[in-house]
Amino acid sequence: MNQQVYIGSGAGFAGDRFDAAVPVVATLARCDGPKYLIYEVMGERTLAIAQRLKREDPDAGYSPWLDNYLPGVLADCKQHGIRIVANFGNANPKAAARRVLALADELAIAKLRVAVVEGDNLLDYLSAEDVLEHPCIEGTDTQGRELLSANAYLGARPVAQALALGVDVVLVGRSTDAALVLGPLIHEYGWQEHQYDLLAAGTVAGHLLECGAQVSGGYFADPGMKDVPDLHATGFPIGRIDAEGRLQLSKPDGTGGLISRATVLEQLLYEVHDPHNYLTPDVTLDLAEVEVVETAANTVSVTGACGKPPPDTLKVTLAVDGGWLGEAEISYAGPNALARARLAADVVRKRCTTLGINDPCRIEILGTSTLFDDDGGSRAESLQHDENGEYRLRAAVRTDSKTKAQQLADEVLALFCCGPAGGGGVRQSVSAQVSTASILVQRQRIESHTRAVEITS
Amino acid sequence: MTDNTPAQGEARFETALPGWQTVSLYQLAHARAGDKGNRSNISVIPYIDDVYPQLVSQLTESVVLDVFRHRGATAVKRYELPRLPALNFVIDNVLEGGVNDGLGLDGHGKALSFLLLESLTIEVPVEFLQALDQHRNRASNHFSS
Repeated sequence: MNQQVYIGSGAGFAGDRFDAAVPVVATLARCDGPKYLIYEVMGERTLAIAQRLKREDPDAGYSPWLDNYLPGVLADCKQHGIRIVANFGNANPKAAARRVLALADELAIAKLRVAVVEGDNLLDYLSAEDVLEHPCIEGTDTQGRELLSANAYLGARPVAQALALGVDVVLVGRSTDAALVLGPLIHEYGWQEHQYDLLAAGTVAGHLLECGAQVSGGYFADPGMKDVPDLHATGFPIGRIDAEGRLQLSKPDGTGGLISRATVLEQLLYEVHDPHNYLTPDVTLDLAEVEVVETAANTVSVTGACGKPPPDTLKVTLAVDGGWLGEAEISYAGPNALARARLAADVVRKRCTTLGINDPCRIEILGTSTLFDDDGGSRAESLQHDENGEYRLRAAVRTDSKTKAQQLADEVLALFCCGPAGGGGVRQSVSAQVSTASILVQRQRIESHTRAVEITS
Repeated sequence: MTDNTPAQGEARFETALPGWQTVSLYQLAHARAGDKGNRSNISVIPYIDDVYPQLVSQLTESVVLDVFRHRGATAVKRYELPRLPALNFVIDNVLEGGVNDGLGLDGHGKALSFLLLESLTIEVPVEFLQALDQHRNRASNHFSS
């Protein structure tokens, strides 16, 4: 008998559609075999902020989205044996688990069991000095900055260990996104540490599923070039994976969106650098021989991933205090709008000089293809733009001083009365920033602290 | 420097060989950008597989670097995936600091895939354009069914 494991996606980033999992769960409920629902809702910045919240309150620091996602599906998942694997844990998986147990009580769901994966937080067992001795391989300069968090990307093995406890819900903190899928596959099929091609296949499945709709028509549509039906109702993906690691991707019946060779190829290479050596804690992945074939409408098979041994280090993300970002915008429309917006930019620049704001600033005119431009605006200067139309001045500063960040934002506000004619629609924001950097740490230093535990209250 | 690129494309258009035509990369391929720190990766996926060899020969690392030099890009590494087929470009220091340190609205550089598609042209045999049209029609029929 050819066993299949079914894994559906409920969210692909923090803030993804809260109700997307409902049709996924309805479809999974009808599938014959082990079935899972995953949520990938963690960002690097949110983790650093969560660490700060946890220090202030031992019950805080888990994902604020948990209560948006789970109430609508938890009872159905429990009833149909759909196990949930999610990174709602953020900085505090235990507190997240306690919240899920409380939620089960509130919803009168009996006998729900929850486990967490621990050990991603290096500051639980290493000193900040020890952590900062590792050279940064990418990201911001951490020298002299307060270290807010240091979390390792754990692999799929701890997820599989948590599932082996027999729980309904597994909550992790920082792990690779693909581990949310590879963990269940290791648990179901018993894939061993040296079965690199199988681990590679499971990692590809995880990579394709973890971003939710990004593989099923989301982030793909370009009207007239790449059309996607009913984008407003895009169905989130469901993977069917057999014991050989062969993946079939589809989506719930009656949903919008699109799963095609093109949507899968875009997601296959998403955030991949060297496609022949994609490093994960479980396997080094090679995508060279991957085959993506449309087998039916909105159904694509993916095979051929190859694996090699994983590195002997794990990647750890450090978060440090990133100062303040002050931003503000104001719009100009109609005749000569571009010249008025440019005059406004000039006024803000000169006021920065007057006020002694010497930190890095970006002052730009939205509508002149600024997304493609550099901070200095060299591209906008060299291109022709309509003199009339609608343009929006945007000013941004990054500074260690909250006061200066606010001052820049206030200069844009002051354009209401002191700037060019007809400016309107001011919006301001001043926000604390978190910068990140990555280090590599010998994996045994981390894995000796990694464990899966059931949380009972 | 970047703004020379369309001009180069036009120049090449005039010298295109008989039976070949110069086409915007946007017409031939789709792309998606991802970020890690101050580094971007942009996949380039041809709408029809036959175009892939033309992409390999004309979409070189230096041509792509020229598109992003004004943003401080320092190096481009190209990875070839003939089996998919697709190209993957990794562009160093192109994100003006990236999502955590940048001042721009799009710190991830999500939109940069469209800058790449817009900026470059590719010479292809004219019969490819017919195949491309057929692909488009098939795709739109597929969606409406």
